[in-house]
Amino acid sequence: METSKVIHAIYTDDDVLMSAVKRLKAEKHHIEEIYTPFPVHGLDKAMGLAPTRLAITSFLYGTVGLIVSVVMMNYMMIEDWPMDIGGKPSFSFMENSPAFIPIIFELTVFFAAHLMVITFYLRSRMWPFKQAENPDPRTTDDHFLMEIPVHGNENELQDLLVETGAVEINIIDKEEDKEH
Amino acid sequence: MYTFSNKLKTFSLALIVIGVLGVAYGFIDSNKSLEDVKTMLTEEGSSHGKALTEATQNGLELHAEQASENQTEDHAALEAHHDEEHAKHVQHQLANRPWAALYVAAFFFMMIGVGVLVFYAIQIAAQAGWSVVLFRVMEGISAYVLPGTLIVLGIAVASHYIGHDNLFIWMNPDITNPESDYYDKLVDNKSSYLNLPWFIIRGLIFIAGWGLYQYFSRKLSIAQDTAEDNSNFKKSFRFAAGFLVFFIFTESVMSWDWIMSLDPHWFSTLFGWYVFSSMFVSGVTVIALITIYLKSRGYLEAVNDSHLHDISKYLFAFSIFWTYLWFSQFMLIWYSNIPEEVTYFASRFNDYQLPFIGMVVLNFVFPFLMLINSDYKRIPWLIVISGIVVLIGHYLDVFVMVMPATVGDQWFIGIPEISSVLLFAGLFIFVVFTALTKAPLLVKRHPLKKESENFHY
Repeated sequence: METSKVIHAIYTDDDVLMSAVKRLKAEKHHIEEIYTPFPVHGLDKAMGLAPTRLAITSFLYGTVGLIVSVVMMNYMMIEDWPMDIGGKPSFSFMENSPAFIPIIFELTVFFAAHLMVITFYLRSRMWPFKQAENPDPRTTDDHFLMEIPVHGNENELQDLLVETGAVEINIIDKEEDKEH
Repeated sequence: MYTFSNKLKTFSLALIVIGVLGVAYGFIDSNKSLEDVKTMLTEEGSSHGKALTEATQNGLELHAEQASENQTEDHAALEAHHDEEHAKHVQHQLANRPWAALYVAAFFFMMIGVGVLVFYAIQIAAQAGWSVVLFRVMEGISAYVLPGTLIVLGIAVASHYIGHDNLFIWMNPDITNPESDYYDKLVDNKSSYLNLPWFIIRGLIFIAGWGLYQYFSRKLSIAQDTAEDNSNFKKSFRFAAGFLVFFIFTESVMSWDWIMSLDPHWFSTLFGWYVFSSMFVSGVTVIALITIYLKSRGYLEAVNDSHLHDISKYLFAFSIFWTYLWFSQFMLIWYSNIPEEVTYFASRFNDYQLPFIGMVVLNFVFPFLMLINSDYKRIPWLIVISGIVVLIGHYLDVFVMVMPATVGDQWFIGIPEISSVLLFAGLFIFVVFTALTKAPLLVKRHPLKKESENFHY
């Protein structure tokens, strides 16, 4: 079975981590992944990650919610059974629309929020009973871990990482087709 | 230091002159005799009154068989009397039009000044770190508070003394006189609140409170520039907190006095907040517009994209807040449909459908779709377009609050309305940009200045 090696460089300070990331980027090394115990501001920019499109999906889900609520109430209150309830004009959707606005609003928010959260879970592969992918339990507490793939340049990389302030450097053999 | 460019100065003076001429024309043009109004009404009647006359004729034919000649004569006399009354009513509405146009424009620009002053006080009381580089712009705009409020109160009072109650019908002494034909019991019951001396005193109290805060906050801000310690900063924090408490009470009362009492038979609880939201959003918009203007002229180096982003977030959020209040007020009254309340919206819906619905598009749908995108919130020309649309929308908002009570279905956006806007726009530009030249456009020695300069979102 073919194996690939990665370096796990561990830092104890987010500022040191940030400058390390910038240094590695400047030297054109690829960073596979970074594990941090909390959000580090600007880390995604420093790593060059593409901005999220979650907000766009949310807007579209909200539009779906808007359409669902309008179609639903138009069908139920106007077309299917246009009953006179307390003198409210159920002749057309527009005439009775102020009464529908609270529901339209709530369903728009409901769809936008819930579907966006579900999208987030799917995209970041999170669900109950999911095997944690944490390489080192300390990264959930006070350590920062940077994972860099090695292509026969371990010594050079190791020197560079020490220079950037890594407190611990481990070379890990990773099975390429390991199940996630 | 900012220098008021000659071009802009000439422009604002030209606006004032054109505005004055237009307003004068409006007053002359609205001064119609009863005969003129009658000919106007018959001319109008020949075009769109046709369907109506046909309908009445059908009704008359049914009655004709039973009606004796005597009764028909009575009917004709009654109709003539009715026509006379109607013509008088329309004459009065036409006479109101230049007053109402002037009042709407004056109120609209006053709203901007006061809205900015409140925004400024909130920034100080909340010790906001981002907005410090915009303080001088806000101070410049809130220089309009004192002249703006005085003009509004002045027009309201002048409408009684000079205009013979062209705006507020409760100012007419006949309305509380039980001997008079014009007696109105409902208004009379409110006369312990709605009477002219008390109205003027209340108005002067608001103006004094707001004007004093404006004066002292500006003074403290300038004193802080050369101060040795932060005592001015601390003082201005206390002043701002006190002013906000005072403001939320007086603003509510102001909206009852200056707007709601135009319809003295009608009342609404959330009206004060509704007027406030309109003020606030117009104020924020004008801060954004003037900031963008000054920055494009190279005067605000410390202002960056992130400041614009924040101010457009306010614009976006408070457009939605305004819509929320607009809809809450409308929907509650529409839903329960209590006759004494619903007439307010009935008259607006029947005679003002386009501005009434249109302003929701301008004030909500347009800025919502334009500014929902985070990247768009930092593009100056997009903010300018949305801002101008929002300002037009809020002008219409005041228009729809004031006009139905004063000119009824005789409204039109013509020379009196547009030239009133030009007049006050010119005055506003003149006052605001003159105030901007009085102090450096960036505060010095403010404890949060550094944070604001490095503000990044």
